[in-house]
Amino acid sequence: MKKNSTTVPAVKPNKIKNSNWQFWAIIALPMIYAFVFAYIPMGGIIIAFKDYSIRRGILGSKWVGLKYFKQFLTSTSSVTVIKNTIILGIYSFIASFPVPILLALGINEVKNRFFKKTVQMVTYAPYFISVVVMVGMMRQLMDPRTGIINVLIQKLGGDPVNFFGDASIFRSLYVWSGVWQTMGYSSIIYVAALSGVSLELQEAAIVDGATRLKRILHVDIPAIMPTIVIMLIFGCSNIVSIGMDKIFLMQNDLNASVSEVISTFVYKIGVVNANFGFSTAAGLFQSLVAFILLVAVNKIAKKVTETSLW
Amino acid sequence: MKTSKFRNMSTVDKIFVFLVYFILSLILVIVLYPLLYVVAASFSDPQAVIRGEVFIFPVRPTLRGYEAVFQNKKILRGFANSFFYLFVGTAVNIFMTILCTYPLSRKEFKARNKISLYFVFTMYFSGGLMPTYVLVNKLHLIDTRWAIIIPMAMSTYNMIICRTFIVNNIPDELYEASQMDGCSPFRYLLSVILPLCKPILAVLMLYYGVARWNDYFNAMLFLNKEQLQPLTIVMKEILISGQVDMTKVSDASAAAKLQGMSDLLKYSTIVVGSLPVLMLYPFVQKYLVQGVMIGAVKG
Repeated sequence: MKKNSTTVPAVKPNKIKNSNWQFWAIIALPMIYAFVFAYIPMGGIIIAFKDYSIRRGILGSKWVGLKYFKQFLTSTSSVTVIKNTIILGIYSFIASFPVPILLALGINEVKNRFFKKTVQMVTYAPYFISVVVMVGMMRQLMDPRTGIINVLIQKLGGDPVNFFGDASIFRSLYVWSGVWQTMGYSSIIYVAALSGVSLELQEAAIVDGATRLKRILHVDIPAIMPTIVIMLIFGCSNIVSIGMDKIFLMQNDLNASVSEVISTFVYKIGVVNANFGFSTAAGLFQSLVAFILLVAVNKIAKKVTETSLW
Repeated sequence: MKTSKFRNMSTVDKIFVFLVYFILSLILVIVLYPLLYVVAASFSDPQAVIRGEVFIFPVRPTLRGYEAVFQNKKILRGFANSFFYLFVGTAVNIFMTILCTYPLSRKEFKARNKISLYFVFTMYFSGGLMPTYVLVNKLHLIDTRWAIIIPMAMSTYNMIICRTFIVNNIPDELYEASQMDGCSPFRYLLSVILPLCKPILAVLMLYYGVARWNDYFNAMLFLNKEQLQPLTIVMKEILISGQVDMTKVSDASAAAKLQGMSDLLKYSTIVVGSLPVLMLYPFVQKYLVQGVMIGAVKG
């Protein structure tokens, strides 16, 4: 036994040195994957500066410099697209940021376990519905003639609303259906943060005669402030990066004037019209702005609240 | 102290608690009602649905919608394809994530910080749509099943969740002890890490599985062949692009019949298409909270 343990130190460094190649062997496949499917497309960004044609390939195509960026930033159609993206992003952010926090604060106040579990289980569920089903459901339920929402509106004496055919409703439809789908899931993180609020603080507040509302304002909210700030940073930086999954399915000729955003524009220009360079330039513009926003908001958050991502 | 009884509260608190319950109940109804309505409509008589007679319970219950769904060859093929992408895709995801996570969680692996950066970088920067499309095209993956499986073989975000779990939950002493017993890193991965990783594997399967099942965008981008398309694409055609051609029907009652059947088919399709995920949901719900928490620790 003793003899054995004395030999270990001699063997150990050797073993560790040897084992590094095994780690390399294990991680090789994910590294190749990341290289091929993340880093090579990053190199492919040069398409944005080239008059790309499939026949000539990326390297063989002619350089055009910033032509596509100028085109994107000056043409009237893309100015509308940028404007739509920003308005929708800000609206979406303002509507969907506070709701999960309020929901979590509400859930935290509920002492009845069954009711609490039910609210949580039900509000989390829509997160798992695919966008296709989500938009399909909206179309069915909001159908001008047969949809239940319009049936109810008519029963209450109103006129049926053509939700998908009215450009002025589109933004609210997009944003609030998003709130409906994600508020529960987004509240999880706050519910968890609230469960960590110290009981002593709560009890001290009760002794001091604080009402429940006062306890929320002066104990609960300060306690989850770091989480709120982190989510705020992510939320702000996402203002310009609206994905196209859902919006693409909601789009039609009647609402195109407000529903065309950068991501759907990138798809149409690139995949449908095969204008690769222009499409890549527009996409690159979007990710650059998103990144600058992330860095800027993070910096402001660091200064103001001393909470930041890095 | 915590379980202070309702009657012991001050009036202000009573009103407040009442309001909280009231608002939460309202939210409950707003979230639950559309879901219940869809299920009720899918079991109802088509004419009752288009006349707006269904509110929460099926009216004149029928299974004709589901019969139509299961007789629809496109939907059945979509189902089979979706299951293929779900199982093979998630298996590849888990395999790659474990391979990537394990070395990055060992401090004996000298290059781990640099390699972590190599992966994290891909979270913030990407080539975007067209460069990825060009690449997949160049690799001749377009219109093959691999176009769905391979480009999304791993998510860096999920990899970080997994690594955080391993670092926080599997003690270092285990590694040292196994080393003394002459256990190689390969062997340690198989005999120690994997069995101890079950909870996080459940979280990852949930995240990857839901993403696989619900994805339509990549299929739309990379697959043109009908026989390869997943259920989401078929549903997109039925639910969103699909319009019943009324011009060919001259008779008004026949038109109503067609409209009714088409609506019924849509409701049934929605239920059938969401069922696999929603059926699993109650079982994985506790892991869901865990996953969000582990992800949050990392920030």
